[in-house]
Amino acid sequence: MAVEEKRLIFKHIDQPGYTIDIDCYLRNGGYEIAKKALTLKQADIINEVKASGLRGRGGAGFGCGLKWSFIPPTNTKPVYLICNADESEPGTFKDRQIIYKDPHQLLEGMLISCYANRVSLAYIYIRGEFPDGAKILERAIEEAKKHNFLGKNILGSDYSLEIYVHRGAGAYICGEETGLIESLEGKRAYPRIKPPYFPAVLGLYQCPTIVNNVETLCHVKHIMAIGGAEYAKLGTPNNTGTRILCVSGDVNKPGYYEFEVGKITLGELIYDVCAGIRNGNQLKAIIPGGSSAKVLRADETFKIKQKQADGSMIEKSITINDIPMDFDTMAAAGSMAGSGGVIVMDHTRDMVEALANINEFYAHESCGQCTPCREGSLWMKKITTRMTHGGARKEDLGLLKNVADNIAGRTICAFGEACSWPTQSFIAKFPEEFENKTKTETLSEPIRTAA
Amino acid sequence: MPQFRPEFLAKVDEAIAHYPAFKRSASLPLLHLWQEEFGYISNEGIHWIAEKLGLQPIQILELVTFYPMFRQKPFGKYHIKVCRTLSCALGGSSELHERFKKTLRVEGDPHGPIHSPDGKYTLEFVECLASCGTAPVCMINDDFHEKVDSQEKINALLAKCN
Amino acid sequence: MIAPTETAKEFVNIQLDGQWVQVPKGMNVIEVAKAFGKLIPHYCYHPKLQVVGNCRMCLIEMGTPKMGPDRKPILGADGRPEIAWMPRPQIGCATNATEGMAFRTDSPLIQECRKGVMEFLLINHPLDCPICDQAGECQLQEFSVEFGGEKSRFVENKVKKPKRVDLGERIVLDDERCVLCSRCIRFTRDVVGDDCLGFVSRGSHTVLTAHPDKPFNNNYSLNTVDICPVGALTSKDFRFKMRVWFLKETPSICTSCGTGCNTVIGSREGVVYRQTPRENEAVNQCWMCDYGRLNFHYLNDEKRLTQPQVRVKQDFFPTDWDDVLSQVASSLKNVSPNEIAILASARMTNEELFLVKQLQKQLGGDAVLLDILPRPQKTDHLLVCDDGNPNSQGAQLFGVSQKGKKLETLRQGIASGKYRLVLALHEDLTKLGVSSENLSKIESLISLSLLSNATTEASHFILPGAGFAEKRGSMINVKGRLQRLNKATATPVDAKEDWEIFNSLIARLGGNSFSSIEEVFKEIAATCPALANLSLSKIGDQGIALNFNS
Repeated sequence: MAVEEKRLIFKHIDQPGYTIDIDCYLRNGGYEIAKKALTLKQADIINEVKASGLRGRGGAGFGCGLKWSFIPPTNTKPVYLICNADESEPGTFKDRQIIYKDPHQLLEGMLISCYANRVSLAYIYIRGEFPDGAKILERAIEEAKKHNFLGKNILGSDYSLEIYVHRGAGAYICGEETGLIESLEGKRAYPRIKPPYFPAVLGLYQCPTIVNNVETLCHVKHIMAIGGAEYAKLGTPNNTGTRILCVSGDVNKPGYYEFEVGKITLGELIYDVCAGIRNGNQLKAIIPGGSSAKVLRADETFKIKQKQADGSMIEKSITINDIPMDFDTMAAAGSMAGSGGVIVMDHTRDMVEALANINEFYAHESCGQCTPCREGSLWMKKITTRMTHGGARKEDLGLLKNVADNIAGRTICAFGEACSWPTQSFIAKFPEEFENKTKTETLSEPIRTAA
Repeated sequence: MPQFRPEFLAKVDEAIAHYPAFKRSASLPLLHLWQEEFGYISNEGIHWIAEKLGLQPIQILELVTFYPMFRQKPFGKYHIKVCRTLSCALGGSSELHERFKKTLRVEGDPHGPIHSPDGKYTLEFVECLASCGTAPVCMINDDFHEKVDSQEKINALLAKCN
Repeated sequence: MIAPTETAKEFVNIQLDGQWVQVPKGMNVIEVAKAFGKLIPHYCYHPKLQVVGNCRMCLIEMGTPKMGPDRKPILGADGRPEIAWMPRPQIGCATNATEGMAFRTDSPLIQECRKGVMEFLLINHPLDCPICDQAGECQLQEFSVEFGGEKSRFVENKVKKPKRVDLGERIVLDDERCVLCSRCIRFTRDVVGDDCLGFVSRGSHTVLTAHPDKPFNNNYSLNTVDICPVGALTSKDFRFKMRVWFLKETPSICTSCGTGCNTVIGSREGVVYRQTPRENEAVNQCWMCDYGRLNFHYLNDEKRLTQPQVRVKQDFFPTDWDDVLSQVASSLKNVSPNEIAILASARMTNEELFLVKQLQKQLGGDAVLLDILPRPQKTDHLLVCDDGNPNSQGAQLFGVSQKGKKLETLRQGIASGKYRLVLALHEDLTKLGVSSENLSKIESLISLSLLSNATTEASHFILPGAGFAEKRGSMINVKGRLQRLNKATATPVDAKEDWEIFNSLIARLGGNSFSSIEEVFKEIAATCPALANLSLSKIGDQGIALNFNS
């Protein structure tokens, strides 16, 4: 294997004999970092996190320290922290491993993060499909309380923190942080308009609120363990630390792997780590960051601008296999690193079928609050389903693209992009497959699909 | 009104206590508790929860119909959820769904829940269950099953449903 | 430049479609555009409701001043800040004016955005405008013409949703027409405080509804028909009665309580079809209660009196005004002042009340009993006033009201036969507890009324008057605001405007008469300091706050 895994978050996960109880966690040095952190000034912790360059692992890749610094300095209201454990982006299954196999790591990361932001009440919003995960976390919280890592006057300090587990109930949109907040307030998970409802200013109960992904919060623990500057040496500039990559689809060894950000290429990930395409097939396409990320075509060349050591920029042409798995290059390649969910498709796959599957997901998950996404996501689904049932028409390709274009950038939340990027990119990258659908079908009347 | 077990009522009070700033936040937890206790969210349940939280019944009905995990009708004793989304589809989830249908001898629209006539099973295609690396996956009630890619595995799973 | 609002006295410079203008700081961009004659189309935005930004129709391009290294705006050749435009369109409804901001409300991108949103709104919308009751005041229809595309590109099946849903006693909902803007939900939740509407299901299948056990029945439900931008919510009372473009619109006020909500009366060919609230910040914002709104059907009731009548023994005979007023006048001359009682009504206009006072003076002044019937009632938190009379202040100001203190004297005087002649003006004496037996003791009972009732049945003379929609005049609401009624329809058949009846009667008794209602008001203004220098036309459509102690 060309590239070694660098396991911070996954250090103990899947280790033989490693269990989820607190005793095991303590035997392995658990809560030592938190103990140390509780002796530090809050601002010092925030500075370490800023220095680490940690970018959110939920999908958007927003700077964690920066997010924390948005809480108004004049704030007098309570500050809430919500752990976003609503992992719902198709292709992503990393948080499941942490929650089910190392829950105390998350709690320790939360404890440090809550302390740093003067949070005394935090919630873990966990997706409804993880009923056991919720129980595991609840048990872990009980254990942590018994050891006084949570509750009143933690470890003799004057700092108190309660964490509660809040279960979702099967709605993807709860992964959007303002939708999550509405859901936690007991409402339909309708994302809020920004401005004015930036969570750091007007979040849960109109109070400043930090919403961080499970993996992100775990990283805070490791930043405090080695220091922000040292952590920043992991990975590549502006793409620091490690991150978990989840690979699924047509590879021989799908799974979850932790690497330094940007230190592994897509080719190494698929051919070295995941042992190549299954059944001896050829690679056709990769969705590199969860199903909403724009698809990459195996035979594309990508023009990437790279910063040299002396600060000058050069443009390089690279193949799909050469794309390093970091936020910036993936964006430069026209897609996104997103949630780290890599979905691989081989040459036998029908791209129209694949898009129809994705469009069905987004049509099902659209919350329905704002017009373009509500109407457009179902329309796209109806068109692609019709295409897969032999009802394609010549004008459908242009229509489909235009419907997607009319959604992206015009909705309340990023779901608009999430649901239109697949359509836009599948059509742009594989136009011949869509055109072939229309050619082979001679139906003059479209088949009407059920609503 | 149904008879409430003291354990149920204690859990309800505990759930409400988790949201000292805003009782309404306990809506989803109470819906989960009610569904676990009574199998589905009846109109009675909607009224009871609304009253418990000082809300109007419409505010609870809004949630029951928004969150796919809540149901307003009884489901089978065993609720089989097959993941439909892309990675599982690439891993054979339609075959898995078909196999369940054949094995349980049920027919119906794959998009809706399909109930077996004896009320024992409800089969449903659901969206991503977040275990894409071990596709195809399914859940039977709260239990999660990976790589369910053969008839033998289905048989073994169903054998445990009694 | 437009006037600063109450809350913002500070002005900022903004660029609106290329022009630099000054507007109050913080002003909503949709309102800014409106003030400069530009329409930013919108569905979910409503100035009185919380901003939610869900319809996406009000997308605009927005820019902020380019900042130099000194953190000051970089100025262009014209001395104005250079603008950095945001790549994504923004919603106008959630954008407030701040210094140096720039907006494009009609650029090619924005036209494209609107076309896109219109198409999305229409793909699942039934195209049944010809049979839709909202036609004529439907923003979907209007914006579709102005901003939409030419031809539908949608060939799939439409989403099926419930139609003709009984949302409450007064409202019918067509979910297929609903654009899910949530105005009605926000209105009943935030303005009324009755959180009884909501969305159920999800995505494109979302539908508006009330819980079946808790229908939408509050006393403000019909306001949602006004604010519904499409034909989803319709009034059971009004739907299919009349196409709105046939209606004549007359600004007036509601006379169902002391609040005096400002209204528009919709009428055609002498028939009132509906009342809708008219905006007045000082009175009712833009709302009114359902009770007041629907309280006009009595104008066309089958019990409506339309002919002057004289009773001979037990039979009523229609007659003409000259005859009936001569007979009433001679009856009045035949009794002494202390044998006369006048029960007036605080539902009458200032002009009518003033003339009633003149009549009392003509008949002998304070020796003639004169009072009104108070109508205390339960108030609500919104618009319903604790005074069920619309013009108690006027009745007080003109010395007609004794706040009901004389009613007991009146009752006893009728019972004892002291009052030989009683004038019941828009009030039913039996409502005071006067028994029908005692009513028959009155030698001359004269009723001015719109509808027949126990008192008119016992009267010797019946004078059919005019309803609130059939006359001009003024009233003073409970907060001391002078407001104007306008005439929407003519009085039916031979019924007459009340001021003319009093005017003729006073003339027959030898008093001064007036040539018009304006003349009456002129006299009031000349004699009543609170109304000095005013005229009916000066009151205007928004009314005038009076300074007086009644």
